Amino acid sequence: MKIAVCVKQVPDTADIKWTENNTIQREGLESIINPFDMYALETALKLKDREQNVNITTLTMGPPQAEEIIRKAISLGIDDGFVVTDKKFAGADTAATGRTLAAAIKEKIKEVDLILCGQFATDGDTAQTGPAISVNLNYPVITYVKEILSVENNIATVKKEVEDGTEILKVKLPAVLCMLKCDYEPRRPLIKGFKNAQKAEIKFYGLNDIGLEVEQVGIKGSPTYVSKAFRPEQKQGGEIFVPDNADDAVNKILEALNG
Amino acid sequence: MAKGILIYAQTDRNGILQNVVLELAKTAQDLSQKLDNCEINAILFTDGTNLEENKNILSKNGFNKVYIANSLKLKQYSTEYYSKITVDLIKNITPEIFLIGATTQGRELAPVVATTLNTGLTADCTKLDINEKGQLASTRPTFGGNLMATILCKNYPQMATVRPKVLKKAENEIIKNTEFIELDFDLSTIEKHVELVEFIENKQLADVRIDEAEIIVAGGKGMKNQQGFELLQELAQVLGGSVGASRGAVDMKLADSSIQVGQTGKTVVPKIYIACGISGAIQHTVGMSGSDKIIAINKDKNAPIFKVADVGIVGDVFEILPKLINKLKG
Ligand SMILES: Cc1cc2nc3c(=O)[nH]c(=O)nc-3n(C[C@H](O)[C@H](O)[C@H](O)COP(=O)(O)OP(=O)(O)OC[C@H]3O[C@@H](n4cnc5c(N)ncnc54)[C@H](O)[C@@H]3O)c2cc1C
Ligand SMILES: Nc1ncnc2c1ncn2[C@@H]1O[C@H](COP(=O)(O)O)[C@@H](O)[C@H]1O
Repeated sequence: MKIAVCVKQVPDTADIKWTENNTIQREGLESIINPFDMYALETALKLKDREQNVNITTLTMGPPQAEEIIRKAISLGIDDGFVVTDKKFAGADTAATGRTLAAAIKEKIKEVDLILCGQFATDGDTAQTGPAISVNLNYPVITYVKEILSVENNIATVKKEVEDGTEILKVKLPAVLCMLKCDYEPRRPLIKGFKNAQKAEIKFYGLNDIGLEVEQVGIKGSPTYVSKAFRPEQKQGGEIFVPDNADDAVNKILEALNG
Repeated sequence: MAKGILIYAQTDRNGILQNVVLELAKTAQDLSQKLDNCEINAILFTDGTNLEENKNILSKNGFNKVYIANSLKLKQYSTEYYSKITVDLIKNITPEIFLIGATTQGRELAPVVATTLNTGLTADCTKLDINEKGQLASTRPTFGGNLMATILCKNYPQMATVRPKVLKKAENEIIKNTEFIELDFDLSTIEKHVELVEFIENKQLADVRIDEAEIIVAGGKGMKNQQGFELLQELAQVLGGSVGASRGAVDMKLADSSIQVGQTGKTVVPKIYIACGISGAIQHTVGMSGSDKIIAINKDKNAPIFKVADVGIVGDVFEILPKLINKLKG
């Protein structure tokens, strides 16, 4: 079975600092693998642990430095990976990103059974890239996936989390699955993994390698664009009350509940 | 020429129309006024369950036309079926704007429809407006709530998913002489790859679903253990609310991840949010800071949760909560 995992390098949003002009200060912001993509990687690795003949490729679209996260994925046990990078890809929205990643998968991985994405990227937080990839490849998609229960005879059985409960769904492969935070923790790299990651040859592919036209990618290929970005209104904290005793606190809460 | 606003009239498993549809209907009224009072239409999928009731509700919420796809095969939501029928309708009626609730269903359906139509989609918006050029201006939080962005779309329809409970429903009925149009479609040509095997209803800590609750009692690591969460459950019960949790508490296995609030959990907007033993990291507050009133109890007076709380109480949850529950019961 051939699995492709799409991973994105994102700034660590726990650590945002602002410039004087109210823009996000990008220098010195640490980059991490999108947390949901760590679950996509772990889910692929779990399948590899329990099934025969599983091969996992990971890919990312981004600047050349995104090579770092491909090596990180390899250190965890992923077989290989590549970076889809070109100045012409800059400014892509989810429609253009989905198209670009789909083309890269089709051209460079070819026969793929399963494509795993994270449910959201913590920077854009759109949850649209996975479904966009699926439409471009004409594959079915399932989002909000919590776990892959089994893969048998080209059919995956998955657990999907929705507002009112859990759905068990069957999907015919090839398919795209978007992974939520799972109930298991992503594994950590082993020494052997670090060595593999160092040795691995990471390929870089540009526009000419994936069979798309310049109008289809980056800012030109994006139907949406940002007209304005601004800092949200900061909520002003209200009163902080240091009660003399618990009864005082209770009264204050009751007052707040009724008011 | 693209014209009118189309809304996805989502129903739940029992055929009940979702609140977010009515929130979208009200916002669409405001948008329509800025677009020469264009039509506001809906697409409704049904197997017949609750259909008359839903038609009634839609005509009291200002819809001009409702396109109805009616078939027993549409009882279960299916992205493959629903997107095909939606895409065909959009090609036919060419709306200027297409709005969908940012539910788990909406967030799967919308990008499939948008990609198929080769148009743009703005995710999980918290505000919609029409700009001076007559374009849909969709505003949404990004970067884990640290930044707001207003996004425009070059193609038609201009699409957006909109976060439930953020926009308000109409206060009064907007009665229209709604036209109901049955859609013609042929599902036999669509290959269906995804099948529902089973649905397991969520056993949450309370009777009220967290995404619908008016009151949420949420706990963090400061609730320490299972007994701590039982206190929250008791409080939620007397208040008729629901229990939520920080990731800290979920990681300690005090609560199920389905009730985690925050960046990697749920975004909630209840009338009252009571944060108990939660420090208030940005990844948590981004999921709850839209609540009408936030009450926080924390023993550390410097906890960041107090920066978003309307009423902050410095104190020990284990002393305060039992007394509060007693008083509410008594
Ligand atoms: C990418 C990413 C995504 C994340 N997503 C989320 C998310 O979706 N949701 C989320 O919640 N977190 C998320 N986090 C984690 C977040 O950063 C915090 O670590 C987490 O919210 C902390 O949980 P907590 O407040 O329960 O625990 P702590 O930070 O440990 O706080 C416990 C608080 O309880 C107080 N306390 C202790 N005992 C008592 C007592 N007896 N009475 C009163 N108060 C007491 C303490 O003073 C303290 O303030 C995410 C982190 C990352 C990096
Ligand atoms: N530039 C990218 N490169 C690789 N994968 C991506 C990229 N952008 C998004 N993805 C994938 O799509 C998921 C959802 O991202 P988003 O739609 O931006 O919220 C991520 O978790 C990744 O799996």
